[in-house]
Amino acid sequence: MAFYRFLLLLYPASFRAQYSEELCSLFALRLRNASNPVATLLTWVDALIDILLTAVQTHADILRQDLLYTWRTLRKSPGFAITGIIVAALGVGATTAAYTITDHALLRPLPFPESDRLVKLWEDMTPGNYRTLEVSAPNYQDWKQMSKSFSGMAAFRPLSVAMVGSGVPQQIEGASVASDLLPMLGAQPLFGRIFTAADDRPGASGTVLLSYSLWQRQFAGGANILGRRLLLDGQPYVVIGVMGRSFVYPRPDAQLWTTLRFTNDDFTERNNTWLRVVAKLRPGVSIEQARAEMRLISERLKREYPKDNEHVGVTINSLRDEISNNSRLLLYALLGASFCVLLIACTNLANLLLARGLQRRKEVALRKALGAGRERLVRQMLTESLVLAFCGGWLGVLIAFAAIPLLSRLIPTALPVAEIPAIDGRVILFALSITTLTGLGFGVIPSIRAASTSNVEGLREGGREGIGGKKERLRSGLVVAEIALSLVLLVSSGLLVRALWQLQQVNPGFRADNVLTLRTALQMPKYESTARRVQLYTRILPEIRALPGVASAGYTSFLPIVAQGGLWPVSIPGQEQNTDIALHQASLRFITPGYFETMRVPLLRGRAVTDSDTDKTQWVAVVSESFAREYFPGRDPLGRQFDFGFATRTIIGVVGDVCVRGVERTSEPQVYLSYKQVPDKFITWYAPKDLVVRSSLPSERLLPALRRIIAAADPEQPVSDVQTLSHIVEQDTASRKTQVFVLSGFTFLAILLTGIGIHGLLSFTVSMRTQEIGVRVALGAKSQNIVAMILRESLLLGIAGAFVGSALAYAAGRSLASLLAGVQPGDLNTYAAGLAVALCTTLAGSLWPTWRALRVDPMTAMRVE
Amino acid sequence: MMYSIDMAEPKPDPQALLPLPAATFHILMALTEEDRHGYAIIQDAFARTGGTLKLSAGTLYRSIQRMLEQGLIIETEERPDPELDDERRRYYRITKFGRQVGQAEAQRLSQLVKWARESGFAPGRA
Repeated sequence: MAFYRFLLLLYPASFRAQYSEELCSLFALRLRNASNPVATLLTWVDALIDILLTAVQTHADILRQDLLYTWRTLRKSPGFAITGIIVAALGVGATTAAYTITDHALLRPLPFPESDRLVKLWEDMTPGNYRTLEVSAPNYQDWKQMSKSFSGMAAFRPLSVAMVGSGVPQQIEGASVASDLLPMLGAQPLFGRIFTAADDRPGASGTVLLSYSLWQRQFAGGANILGRRLLLDGQPYVVIGVMGRSFVYPRPDAQLWTTLRFTNDDFTERNNTWLRVVAKLRPGVSIEQARAEMRLISERLKREYPKDNEHVGVTINSLRDEISNNSRLLLYALLGASFCVLLIACTNLANLLLARGLQRRKEVALRKALGAGRERLVRQMLTESLVLAFCGGWLGVLIAFAAIPLLSRLIPTALPVAEIPAIDGRVILFALSITTLTGLGFGVIPSIRAASTSNVEGLREGGREGIGGKKERLRSGLVVAEIALSLVLLVSSGLLVRALWQLQQVNPGFRADNVLTLRTALQMPKYESTARRVQLYTRILPEIRALPGVASAGYTSFLPIVAQGGLWPVSIPGQEQNTDIALHQASLRFITPGYFETMRVPLLRGRAVTDSDTDKTQWVAVVSESFAREYFPGRDPLGRQFDFGFATRTIIGVVGDVCVRGVERTSEPQVYLSYKQVPDKFITWYAPKDLVVRSSLPSERLLPALRRIIAAADPEQPVSDVQTLSHIVEQDTASRKTQVFVLSGFTFLAILLTGIGIHGLLSFTVSMRTQEIGVRVALGAKSQNIVAMILRESLLLGIAGAFVGSALAYAAGRSLASLLAGVQPGDLNTYAAGLAVALCTTLAGSLWPTWRALRVDPMTAMRVE
Repeated sequence: MMYSIDMAEPKPDPQALLPLPAATFHILMALTEEDRHGYAIIQDAFARTGGTLKLSAGTLYRSIQRMLEQGLIIETEERPDPELDDERRRYYRITKFGRQVGQAEAQRLSQLVKWARESGFAPGRA
């Protein structure tokens, strides 16, 4: 019988309270009537099925009833219903949007089969502070042959090629991949085939795979694409397949893939690091085991090649973790901020329901008097809050989906994931759970409180239970929590705004206004010879300089900020220096005359590179101020020599430092070399290809002229990456701007919700205290006294919230420290501004209730009593 | 149990509850002659249907709960002789509204049978 009673727990408590005794006695009777063990067993089975079926039905009956009741009550108070739904929508919307982005970038598995086994390998040069350097071909080859931890290892390199064969020449981003890379990633073509080892062999005819979007965009999705011939950087390639729409590797902007063909020369330079390496762990091998094995291998390679490999270790990261700590921190901060908004929304809703519970205490008391149990009342009120939450949640999900394209700018582009996250079952499930939790979170306390109303107090006319008592303290506590949470968001976003301002004040080392930049990616091997390139520049540059409105123009290997690497070892002949190569590196750029002038990089000493610095004259270098300071401290750098870029160079000039790595990171010293002083076929990757033009003309007028001049010099030369230098500088801090924008958006929501919360609490207090206010006015209280009474209450809430919030905000600020670009987490100005906004919100929330209190007519107020 | 506090709400039309679930109709029929407790209702339905309908306890009390809310039956305070009574038992009585609903359901069913006969589905006069 005990078991039968236990089964009855499946029924709603209200049903059990009414009928469990009768059900038990009926069941006991049936058991007594069972004449043999089989009949007894059948009686049990019968009872079990009966309970399971009817318990579900009874719950459904109650739910239907509660939903109907909720619908009727909400219809009677549309203001309450709409406020509740909007508040829930904002909370759920913010959290769902933030979760979708965080999940896409950080949590869900990458879109490859068994992606948890995929890792990326880098050369580790810890002495030079480089933990993730590209890998040299010989090291890659040795790693691949020696290691046992991986079921596959494949290299690739990013590729940027001029594509001819479908209209105007275009610069397309993609990757050259070893033929075993795509099978290792489990990638399948939409149609056609992927690379085989035969495509990878030297001398095989060129083959290319297109991305779905390139196929659609450039070839109109035509079915006859297979076998089509294309010219990539002047070399013929045949299209062998189109990849699926969802395939993304190595970055979202990769549009085509060719094979990575090694030449024998590639395997001779152990310090020429240019490969990216991906591997797949064997089943059962942990990343730690792989690291241990690779440590042994790198020790062995150090012994075998002490000159090149002395400082080279191996870094292994899970492919999933190839994301900077700052990006990760930022995404978690975003998620944290959205949870703050959700918490504030829940607190607000709880307060709204608590106040409503007080207004409805007569109704509750009456229902209790008529026999409704406490559980039944709690359940009914929870249904009401869940209905509000689900309506709000539904609206919130719509808001989230609308916001995702904006938020997706926060997804780091270094990840092989789609640019815009898909909205799928996982996200919907999250939204559903958050909504349910919200509904329960804000509904539980108010419904338990409301259901505890005692009959007598509830039914008494004019009862003012809950004012000044425990319930008011609870509601005030909730408002204090809201103010505290919004202060956390105010201070956090304030600190990030200050960091952004600070960065925007940093001088990048050049003047970005009125400069148009573009890339003429030189096709190799066409431009392998220096003379051929010089010919091109001398056709293009004078014509551009002759254009009306153009002040100056020049070429460089890479624009600052756009390309941040390009480091080469520096050594000073006859000077003792630390053997760590990595500690003595400078960024190398070949430039044409006119570059410094166009960029307005100040020439501090000596002269700039000129056309007369040829391979026949002394090989010269212009160095940055920091270079001179580091290598020739306290001495005149002019005329001094150093070894750099496989030659001895003489310093002829010193220029100001440029933020090559952008304004947020420390840049290495810079060295500029003459575009003519480089042997043929030598480091052609560094051949000047980025054009900068300073002009008073607007870009749209200047660009056609530039295109015409370039096309006249070489009709097959593509022009790409057209952008103003100001845009490049802006882009450097663009992700920060998005961060600040999004976080400020969340902060605004928080402030708005807090304002609504304060307003709601005070309005309620005022309406519950109408009689008291009436009596005070009748007894001669002046308007100032009434105003002071209401404002005192709101200010106390504000001050309490500010007190708690400041401590929390400091903790939040400290955890964001690495994103703050030097701004102190305890920055006083930011706190002052945050506190001011929080207090203004508190006061703004009190305005309407105060006005209402002032309009209380003592006669009407007292007549109610 | 849930009661609406909206006292002004009019009693629903008997037609609004039709068609009745079979269990509800049998319970109403069991209560037309006298007040009964749960087990007696089960026995009555069993006897009335010649042993074909065995109301389960769960179905019975779920139906009773709903019928109480719909005002078809009430729980009565009147008890039989203490010697015959088990104090844990609850007795139910059909209301005036319950009778109206029962009659309306019976009418609906006989109309249905009439149509069935006309269509040739059921034996008897067309």
